Amino acid sequence: MGKHEIKNRRRFLKDAALIAGGLFVSGGTGPFGQILFATERKGTKGPWYGMGIDLEKCIGCGNCASACKAENGVSREPYYFRTWVEQYTILNDGTVKISSPNGGIDGFVQDFPESDIFKSFFVPKMCNHCENSPCVQVCPVGATFDSPEGVVLVDEHYCIGCRYCVQACPYGCRYIDPDRKVADKCTLCYHRIMNGMLPACVEVCPKGAKIFGDLNDPGSELVKFKREHSWQVLKPHMNTDSKVYYNGLRAEVR
Amino acid sequence: MPAQIKRLALLFGLFLAIFLTARYFLVPKSFGEYGHYRGLSLTENQSKIPRYAGQAVCQDCHDDLAGLKSSNEHATLSCETCHGPSLIHAENQDSLPFRPSGRDFCLRCHRIHPARPAANVAMINPEEHNAGQQCTDCHNPHSPWENMK
Repeated sequence: MGKHEIKNRRRFLKDAALIAGGLFVSGGTGPFGQILFATERKGTKGPWYGMGIDLEKCIGCGNCASACKAENGVSREPYYFRTWVEQYTILNDGTVKISSPNGGIDGFVQDFPESDIFKSFFVPKMCNHCENSPCVQVCPVGATFDSPEGVVLVDEHYCIGCRYCVQACPYGCRYIDPDRKVADKCTLCYHRIMNGMLPACVEVCPKGAKIFGDLNDPGSELVKFKREHSWQVLKPHMNTDSKVYYNGLRAEVR
Repeated sequence: MPAQIKRLALLFGLFLAIFLTARYFLVPKSFGEYGHYRGLSLTENQSKIPRYAGQAVCQDCHDDLAGLKSSNEHATLSCETCHGPSLIHAENQDSLPFRPSGRDFCLRCHRIHPARPAANVAMINPEEHNAGQQCTDCHNPHSPWENMK
């Protein structure tokens, strides 16, 4: 009996010392927190930018796609877009048709007679500036990253053009620039927003269907938009924590 | 210490030295400044040249047209929605911005289309609505219903 008690006491002291020692050691990891803990919540300090898209307002003029190309020097060829507009058509028999001729820049035609259409609407697409971006996670060289403001950017001088990120993006928002041969994507017009201007697509939208703002500022237009509408993000099951919020998003939209 | 361990240790040290030297020259100076990327890239991304001036800049000179526009259906439009990128024009007035013309330009927004929310935009059927005429013959783009001819 006595021997057993001593053993128990010894085990207790051992465990207690282990826990105390563990706590002591982990207390000293503060300065290395960034290396040790990858889970620290991002965007708690300073601005944290996102975008709202009001599908009930979009009239499918394609101005956003066109202005984006002009502002950012994106190739005019119809395969490269930082933002584009898709036309969804749900027919009376339930089939969903999606079209986006030249990203909507040249306007849309409706291929189906009005009597066959149950509902038709436009969906502007762009980089979702995910908080947990798959594209950032797969970059082998650290050439794509989250800026401190929550904008996913590409370092064009460091990108090796391996295309992992193009494949990783669940929203199809990346392309390889045909001239520079590096990955390219929407920067939320980083050069504009950091200098007090609106992103080009937001500037030219005739109906105010795109709302840019700071999610950390309770008075911003975007926070107001999110409060007033029952918004949804694209592909929430991917756990990307997208920061592009859609109002009036139907389940058919992928 | 056995001789082979010494030799191995020397080799290890050599590799480590080569690795650290190579790393010193290959990793860009600002890498890791804010995270796992080149910190300087933030500045590079930020210093690209914009092409759209923004409504506020247009308004500085064209407050008459901007004021007229803000009183009607086209109030939600920015000047550059129709006139295109105009920062160069704001800096040098000799370079004029785009001046839209023709029916097709207006029809980008106003052509009747089932996907367009009818409550949000006035739409016409171009075959039925004064076919062949210019929109601007009747409508003032800065004030669509003013002085209808």
